[in-house]
Amino acid sequence: MNTPADLSHSKLVSRPLGARLWSWRYVVLRRLSQFGILLLFFGTAHWAWEWPAKTPLLTGNLSASELFGRIPMADPFAVLQIFLSGHVLQQKVILGAAIVLGFYLLVGGRVFCAWACPVNMVTDLAGWLRARLPIPAMFVVSRNIRYFVLAASLVLSALTGLAAFEWVSPVGMMHREIIFGLGAGAMALTAIFLFDLLILKNGWCGHLCPLGGFWSLVGRTALVRVRFDKTTCTHCGECARVCPEPQVLNLKRLEETGFVTSGECSNCGRCSPLCPEGSLAFDLRPLIRKHGAEGSISSVRRTK
Amino acid sequence: MSDKSITRRDFLVKTAQGASLAVTGGLLWAYLVRQEAKAQPYALRPPGALAEMDFNAACIKCGQCVNACPPDILKLAPAGANLPIGTPYFEPRTGACIMCPDIPCLIACPTGALAPELKDINKARMGLAVIDIENCLSWKGLRCEVCHRDCPLKGKAITLETDPRGLSKHAVFRPMVNSDYCTGCGICEKACPTEVAAIRILPPALVQGKIGDHYRLGWTFDTEITQDFKPSEQAPPAPETSGGKPAGMDYLNDGGGL
Repeated sequence: MNTPADLSHSKLVSRPLGARLWSWRYVVLRRLSQFGILLLFFGTAHWAWEWPAKTPLLTGNLSASELFGRIPMADPFAVLQIFLSGHVLQQKVILGAAIVLGFYLLVGGRVFCAWACPVNMVTDLAGWLRARLPIPAMFVVSRNIRYFVLAASLVLSALTGLAAFEWVSPVGMMHREIIFGLGAGAMALTAIFLFDLLILKNGWCGHLCPLGGFWSLVGRTALVRVRFDKTTCTHCGECARVCPEPQVLNLKRLEETGFVTSGECSNCGRCSPLCPEGSLAFDLRPLIRKHGAEGSISSVRRTK
Repeated sequence: MSDKSITRRDFLVKTAQGASLAVTGGLLWAYLVRQEAKAQPYALRPPGALAEMDFNAACIKCGQCVNACPPDILKLAPAGANLPIGTPYFEPRTGACIMCPDIPCLIACPTGALAPELKDINKARMGLAVIDIENCLSWKGLRCEVCHRDCPLKGKAITLETDPRGLSKHAVFRPMVNSDYCTGCGICEKACPTEVAAIRILPPALVQGKIGDHYRLGWTFDTEITQDFKPSEQAPPAPETSGGKPAGMDYLNDGGGL
């Protein structure tokens, strides 16, 4: 009862209300980001939001868009599928895909999943509920399935001549139908919600979604990463309990590397505010070694 | 690892299992996508759209054309709408294309699914107007001609064929559609006053025939045969006779058989 891990755990349990609320800060920010993106799209589509004057603020949706009438953006995975379906695309969408790809190469591929993708709100809700309900695991499947689904969507795009995932994507259905009018996409989302809640924990985002698989591959070299401080960690395991991709918090590996290397980490920010010892914190990859050597400058903050 | 004697068999079985799962799943997925893409052959696309299958492939379903449309007639097909999912379309009866000269929807398209080669909106072929002559007021002899009057290419895309004695009491003005000019904007369908529009826009491929390249219309001036035709300098050979009667043509023309 008095191992360091137990002490860490009791630290977490006895946190005052303020600290408890403060540990939700990244969740709040992520929701603001997710809703904000949808709101900008919606406002431009329905209330003719303009900036600068006479220019649509953010037109389109998450598949392809244009910001300030100048900056094109496009989903590189969708563009890749269309390319494989045998179509020469216009410069604008290719440039847009490059811009988006460049952005996520820096901040972490799956930052899209945790900070932009609207389906994440549905699966987070399912995950939050599941953690509070006595629902046993129905079966175990490899989280690498997403890479097979990713490969399948590329192969099928080439075979059918149609962007295979874009035609069935619940992600596409959700943002399209929120921005451009409702349809039966809600049924697909209900299915995902129930699947995540009752059948497979973190089933869609953490196992199946090929878009998540794509961004996982992109995120391997990301600059923004979660730094790990092995000197303060007590192996209490609280981080892995809240992490939707707990395999990325393999502490043995983290002790060697000093930070979360896996591209499957979505930088969602669940672990770092919760860590009772402050051993996990966002950092920039080039600075991580230096900060590690300085002996965890920030490891004492927020430990109450 | 190496001391397991059944590794090879395991490997083969696992490979077969994985392959059959991938093939089954892939076939199902491909079937779904294909079905979705051909869900509705009647979808009317924004101006400049590629041929239907190419359009379905190239469209990224972003809706920038929808946002750019000044009369706000374009919609993105939601899931389960019996239209290729996420792609833009319009329904002329409720919202017709006003044929903006600068084609903002096409300019907004980032992928080229709406092909930028289209510079002149009058050359757009979104669809083709088709008249139900059984239910057209003008064809019935009433003075309507609303479609003709509202047509942005009036006199070209829709013309009036006048028949001064079309009915026993008065003239008939029959609207006719000319596919050389009709852009398929749908203003006629929107304007048609009948309960269900008697003039409708359909994808040209659904209504247009093709005579085939092997026909040569000898009476038009630009066909090969007319240009090369030279009248024979010799007189035609005298008709042969057989059995005391004149040969075929003459026999009939003389009324011999009647």
